[in-house]
Amino acid sequence: MHSRNWEHFEHDADIGLRAMAASRERLFEAMAEALTALITDPGTVRPIESVPIQCEAPDDALLLTDWLNALVYEMATRRMLFGDWRVSIENHALDAIAKGEPVDRARHRPVVEVKGATYTALSVSQDSKGTWHGQCIVDV
Amino acid sequence: MDLNRLEQDSEFRWRIPARTPMNVPGILYGDREQILQMDDKVYEQLRNVTMLPGLAGPVYAMPDAHWGYGFPIGGVAAFDADTGGVVSAGGVGFDISCGVRMLHTGMQSAAIEKVGPALADCLYADIPVGVGSEGSISLDDASMHAMLEGGARWAVEQGYGTADDLDRTEERGCIAGADPGAVSERAKKRQRREMGTLGSGNHYLEVQRVAEIFDPAIAAVYGLAIDDLVISIHCGSRGLGHQIGTDYLREMLLAAGEFGITLPDRELACAPIHSELGQRYMGAMRAGMNCALANRQIITHLTRGVFLAFFPQAQLSMLYDVSHNICKVETHVVDGVARKLHVHRKGATRAFGPGNADLDESLRDAGQPVLIGGSMGTGSYVLAGTSESEQRALSSACHGAGRAMSRRKARKEYGGRQVVDELARRGIVVRSPSLRGIAEEAPLAYKDVNRVVDNAALAGLARKVARLQPVICIKG
Repeated sequence: MHSRNWEHFEHDADIGLRAMAASRERLFEAMAEALTALITDPGTVRPIESVPIQCEAPDDALLLTDWLNALVYEMATRRMLFGDWRVSIENHALDAIAKGEPVDRARHRPVVEVKGATYTALSVSQDSKGTWHGQCIVDV
Repeated sequence: MDLNRLEQDSEFRWRIPARTPMNVPGILYGDREQILQMDDKVYEQLRNVTMLPGLAGPVYAMPDAHWGYGFPIGGVAAFDADTGGVVSAGGVGFDISCGVRMLHTGMQSAAIEKVGPALADCLYADIPVGVGSEGSISLDDASMHAMLEGGARWAVEQGYGTADDLDRTEERGCIAGADPGAVSERAKKRQRREMGTLGSGNHYLEVQRVAEIFDPAIAAVYGLAIDDLVISIHCGSRGLGHQIGTDYLREMLLAAGEFGITLPDRELACAPIHSELGQRYMGAMRAGMNCALANRQIITHLTRGVFLAFFPQAQLSMLYDVSHNICKVETHVVDGVARKLHVHRKGATRAFGPGNADLDESLRDAGQPVLIGGSMGTGSYVLAGTSESEQRALSSACHGAGRAMSRRKARKEYGGRQVVDELARRGIVVRSPSLRGIAEEAPLAYKDVNRVVDNAALAGLARKVARLQPVICIKG
C-alpha cells in the first residue's frame, strides 16, 4: 500500500497518528503504516515474513489500540518491522497478516521504539460521505 | 495556558479552584511566564485527574509539566485506599519506574580530555541502545521470576554490581510487594532479551562534568565538587513495563463501569486500590519497578567495565537512583493528619527532605538527591529534597526540562547531523544509531531546564545543589 493517506500530528511528549480511508479495514492498514513510519520509512521494509494477528474489542476505537499494540508487541518480540498489512474486520474482531522483515539497523536506521498506543485523543468514525477516520496518540 | 482560569496563590503557585465535577483543586508550580507557556491541555488533563475518586488533597503539576496522555507529564496525585481511592495504570504510564541513576567516577574532567571519543565509542559498543538492540542476558522463567521479585538486589546477586550500590538506590534496590504472577506472559516475553538495554527516545547514558555548585554543604555530602565527572543513566523497565501498562490500561478501562467510576479521559483508566484488580496492578507495577532497578543496575555494571578498561583505578560509586514514573505507598501529612497514600508521580521525582527515615543514613541530614535530566547539550541538575516540599507537593519535584516542541516539529527544524556537529563544537561527543532520533531530541526541542529548576527551587519543591554539563552522550 504506502498510500500516504495518513499523517503524524503534534503532541508535546509523544506523537499522534491520523488516517482516513474508504473502509475500516483500509483505515487500520493506514494507521499501521503511520506506526511504522515513526520508526523507519515503510518503503524500505521488505515483506519477507508474514505474522498473523487477531484481536477483538468492544468497539472500533479499542480495536484500533489493540491492533496497534499487537503490532508493537510483534515488532518488539520478533525484532521485526512491518511494511505491508492485510486487514479484515468482522463486527469488532480483526484478522490480519502483517508482512515485514527483521530489523536491519544499517538499512532501516530505526529512529524510536514505540512503547504503546494510548487512549488519549483516540477515535474511529465514519463521516456522512462514508469515509473512515481514525486517530491515536502513541507513547515513544 | 489562559491565566484567567487560574487563581494565583503566590508568585510560583497557581490554583485551579475545585468546582464540580472536580473533587479537589489543581495546583500548578511555575512563574507567570512558564504557566503562560504551558499548553492548555495541561490544564485540561490536570483538571481531569482532580475528578477521580478518593483523592487526598490537591493534584499537582510540576514546573516542567506538559501534555501527556491521561495525566499531564509532571503530574502528582495521591489517593487514599480507605476513602475509595484508586490506582491508575494511566497515572503511571507505559514506562514504569523510568528514572535516573547517577554514579561518581572519582575523576575530574581533564582525565578524559584525550580519550573522550574512544570512550564514547566503547560505551556505545558495550551498552545496547536503540531499536532492535539486545542485551547479552537472556532470562529463563525462573530467573525472570527472581528478577521481578528481587530488582537491583537480584542483579547484584548475579554479579552486576556490589551491595554498596543498593544503599543509594530507592527502596534499596528492591520494592516489596512485587507479584511476578500478575505480569502477563506477553510482558515477560517482551523483556526476555532486554535486560541491560537503554531503549530509545529520550533515554540516554551521559558522562557529565560538574559545572556549578549552588549548595557546597549538600554537594559535599553527595560527594560532588567542581569539575568532577559523573555518569547519568536515564531509562526504565523496557518492554516489560510497556506491556504491563498496555495490559492493565485495557483491563482497567473495561472494568471502570463495574466499579462505578466515570472516567473523564479513557487514559485515566483506574481501579479501586482495595479491589482485586487494583491489587493485582500494584503487584505487576512493582515487578515493573524491580525490572527497571535491575536494568539500571546491569547498565551500571556494563559502564564500569568500559571505564575500568580505560582507567583501572576508576571506582564508579553510586550517588543515587530515583524513579519518576511510579505509584508508591507513602505516609504524608494532609490537613494535619498523617495518612498512608498511594502517590502517583508521572514525570515527577520523589524529593524527600532531611530526616526522612526511608533515606540511607548517609543522606538523611542532607535530604534525598533529586536527579533532573536535561536535554542533550543543555545540562542536568542535582537537587536536594526539602522539608517544605512535603506540604507543597507531597515531597515531589520536577523530573526534567519537558518538551517545548513536538518530535515532528523538531525533525523539521533540525537535522541530526547539524545537531551532532553543533554539540561537537561545544565539546560534547554524541553517539546514537539514529540521526533522525537525534534531531527529534535536539536541545532546543526542550524547555530551558535552568528555568524549570529555578522555578522548582523558588517554589520550595527542592534545593539546587549542582549543575552538570554533558561531555559524552549515548542516545537511544
